[in-house]
Amino acid sequence: MSSTSTSPELMEFLDSSKPRQAISGVTVRLVGDSGDGMQLLGTQLTNVSALAGNDVATFPDFPAEIRAPRGTRAGVSGYQVHFASEEIFTPGDGLDALVAMNPAALVTNIGDLKPAGYLILNRDSFDAKDLKLAKLDQDPRQGDRLKPYHVIEVPMTTLTRTAVEGTGLSVKEADQCKNFFAMGLVFWLYGRDYRPTLRFIEAKFKHLPAVAEANRRALTAGWNYGETTEHFASTYQVAPARLQLGTYKNVMGNQALAWGLMAAAELSGKELFVGAYPITPASDVLHELSRYKHFGVRTFQAEDEIAAVCSAIGVSFGGGMGVTVSSGPGIALKTEGMGLAVMLELPLLVLNIQRGGPSTGLPTKTEQADLLMAMFGRNGEAPLPIIAARSPADCFDAAIEAWRIATRLMTPVVLLSDGYIANGAEPWRIPDLSKLPKIEIRHPAAQSSGEPFRPYLRDEYLSRPWAVPGTSGLMHRIGGLEKEDVTGNISYDPKNHQHMVNTRAQKVANASQLIDPVQVTGDDSGLLVLSWGGTYGACYTATVRARAQGKRVGHAHLRWLNPFPANLGEILKRYQRVLIPELNTGQLRFLIDAKFRTGAIGLNKVQGKPFTVSELVDEILRLA
Amino acid sequence: MSTDLPVLTANDFTSDQDVRWCPGCGDYSILAQMKKILPTLGIPPHQTVFISGIGCSSRFPYYVNTYGLHSIHGRAPAFATGLKMTRPELSVWVITGDGDALSIGGNHFIHLMRRNVDLNIILFNNSIYGLTKGQYSPTSPLGKVTKSTPMGSLDFPLNPISVALAAEATFVARSVDTNIKHLGEVLLRAARHKGTSFVEVYQNCNVFNDGAWDYAKDKAVREENTIELEHGKPLVFAGGKKGIRLNGFEPEIVNLDGRVSQDDLLFHDERAHSPTLAYLLSRMRYPEFPEPIGVFRAVERPTYDYLVNHQIEQARVQRGVGDLQKFLAAGDTWTVT
Repeated sequence: MSSTSTSPELMEFLDSSKPRQAISGVTVRLVGDSGDGMQLLGTQLTNVSALAGNDVATFPDFPAEIRAPRGTRAGVSGYQVHFASEEIFTPGDGLDALVAMNPAALVTNIGDLKPAGYLILNRDSFDAKDLKLAKLDQDPRQGDRLKPYHVIEVPMTTLTRTAVEGTGLSVKEADQCKNFFAMGLVFWLYGRDYRPTLRFIEAKFKHLPAVAEANRRALTAGWNYGETTEHFASTYQVAPARLQLGTYKNVMGNQALAWGLMAAAELSGKELFVGAYPITPASDVLHELSRYKHFGVRTFQAEDEIAAVCSAIGVSFGGGMGVTVSSGPGIALKTEGMGLAVMLELPLLVLNIQRGGPSTGLPTKTEQADLLMAMFGRNGEAPLPIIAARSPADCFDAAIEAWRIATRLMTPVVLLSDGYIANGAEPWRIPDLSKLPKIEIRHPAAQSSGEPFRPYLRDEYLSRPWAVPGTSGLMHRIGGLEKEDVTGNISYDPKNHQHMVNTRAQKVANASQLIDPVQVTGDDSGLLVLSWGGTYGACYTATVRARAQGKRVGHAHLRWLNPFPANLGEILKRYQRVLIPELNTGQLRFLIDAKFRTGAIGLNKVQGKPFTVSELVDEILRLA
Repeated sequence: MSTDLPVLTANDFTSDQDVRWCPGCGDYSILAQMKKILPTLGIPPHQTVFISGIGCSSRFPYYVNTYGLHSIHGRAPAFATGLKMTRPELSVWVITGDGDALSIGGNHFIHLMRRNVDLNIILFNNSIYGLTKGQYSPTSPLGKVTKSTPMGSLDFPLNPISVALAAEATFVARSVDTNIKHLGEVLLRAARHKGTSFVEVYQNCNVFNDGAWDYAKDKAVREENTIELEHGKPLVFAGGKKGIRLNGFEPEIVNLDGRVSQDDLLFHDERAHSPTLAYLLSRMRYPEFPEPIGVFRAVERPTYDYLVNHQIEQARVQRGVGDLQKFLAAGDTWTVT
């Protein structure tokens, strides 16, 4: 780090000289204009908190527009970080601290700040023009509205400009450093080590030394401001969390998904192919994987969603690992291709990073409303297994398990993630790949008997052989027309069609013999909270709290949505009531009721946001 | 080729399935020519893959004893692209029709050619929807009266050769189903071209659009109505009596009656870097002009499958073969003990 000599005080991590107060956990939200660098600030705070050994959960929340009109409410971009000395499963409900860079950010977020929480404002962005952009007649700082909070107004723009003076940056460029000033202040307040961020600055602005220097100075200035101002009497200290032994790194959901696919490829001795068409919030999986060509990863930015899935099926036909990734509108376009994969009985992964729908819906907001599309969204009887990841780190395991089932049963598998998981981050225990079970794939060997190859001859799970082009003697033709069992020849025979429809359904049902039974935490009678996908953390935490208040509550989380685990029916019977919280209008509840006639109760939210723990606790307390 | 390889025949490429096209369909002739040229390529059946979409022509893969994928409507190029990107050593053929390639699959058709994936795409153009029983297609002439257009179609037709050229195709050719010698030669040229080889075949649908290509098929008139393209040769037709001359930017028909000699004619250059000449030729349509058959364009450009796999190799040279365990453990980490 050659150019760091200009700010030597930052080369080592200096603790604050102010008193330290130990706390078990903090939830901070950073909000500003979508061009203010709030996402960067949030990811840095996440990273240094994870490196400090805290458990971390995050919730980035940003508009669909790249640069929404400046200073407006529509343009507010936020990043919430929850870090704690105990194991946590959600990004937190109420905020302990809110950093707001302008009036629009303040008024749209203040409702979530806990009484007596810190409200850190950029004083320089509250002039008449800023208020007008936020459609405010009156300065929100006036009157009693901010009375309940610990308000700290910092002239961030002015102080940042002063700090970066002499680096040669224009005023506009200097102002772009103010997120690093805010970062310095937040880092100081929570005793965060800033050295990883300095390394980040060094790497990111390698070719812009003046910008790197300015950002370093802004960060220092923010840190020093905390140390010298009398606004803060003490800093807060969050001790490392007692997580499972191992080495960790911080991962975002889409990243873990990409790495999980790479691991699945390695465990099955395949090279990974991903066909995709850019779509929010799935594109990051494509971006991430496109960087790993030296792992044999081939990414294909197709001309459309249909070509993306079809290219992946072409790869699977050729014996490769065919994967396509998209979000709701893209998956809708892929449905015909997915139906073909059901008919061809080829392994394929279809990853759906769900977002708010219908149609274009809420591209950057989260929702769980594509479950029934995954289940039923194809013509004809076209069942396929469905797995859902429950958290950012879990995406890694979910990808491996999905490919294991896809290859074992020769079937397309849908993997559901969502915007909340995709962009959220948490610590991930780095696995020892040599200890993960291999995914065994056996391609039939060449034959010289001259007998026609029988592509639909089935094994004990009703899976068919995966014969690969290039293998002599195994030439065969497959397609979307109904096939005669065993031979694969086109067949319009009525009884054969019935047999094949039943066989394909039974094959998918057989997955229940290959997946883990569902586990229950907590009580085995009373109220069961049944969850799936990204609501895992909130549901788990809520049931823990409800039990702490003396309620009889159990929690079960479904990893596989089709088929259901073999023991699910028996578990459901143990409880007087079943509550199914979902970020949709009751899609899992529909499936559970259809199969088990449980009369389950729904808690359904479609606001583009995850559940808060408290809204789940309230409902559990009402029912238990 | 090593000497102990068995000599292949058309029989080796014949599947055990009954061919179910209508009697008299032009597809039979194309299948026969294909089975004639396949054994001459030095590629065994198990290294060959036929991929099709939906339509009469798309049943083709069932009838050749190679690997085959009868996919969904219009998407065959996408399946083939994925396959070829990961299995570049396979010989891949895409069989499609005018509706499949130019209507529902138009997008994939153009992107296949701009990428120059190393495969052959044969478009059976019968200017009608056969399998759905007789609606007009994207190549049907304006005013075509069909089941779905009782007062005549209003959609201006597409010219497949022009579309292929506009889509940056490196090999573009046309032939006629019953002109078997010509068809065989064109298919062979297509197979040998490195890159996407596009061949339009005039194919007669004797049930729903019988006679649509008679002007180009009928031995009595075809010499008058078509012109065989040959690289480096002047454009001569009608048994040497007529030729095509350039008048400014426009072609014109001239009689080779002594006042105009072959030297005055337009000379075909299939290897021209610019597709301009090929495009001009593609615009010559019956009845104003004889329609060119043969190879319009044959140029070299790196293939997509080569480039994709070359990047993989380059990345491995530059960064070493990826070690996943090392990769996962890299970066900012911390250890809980």
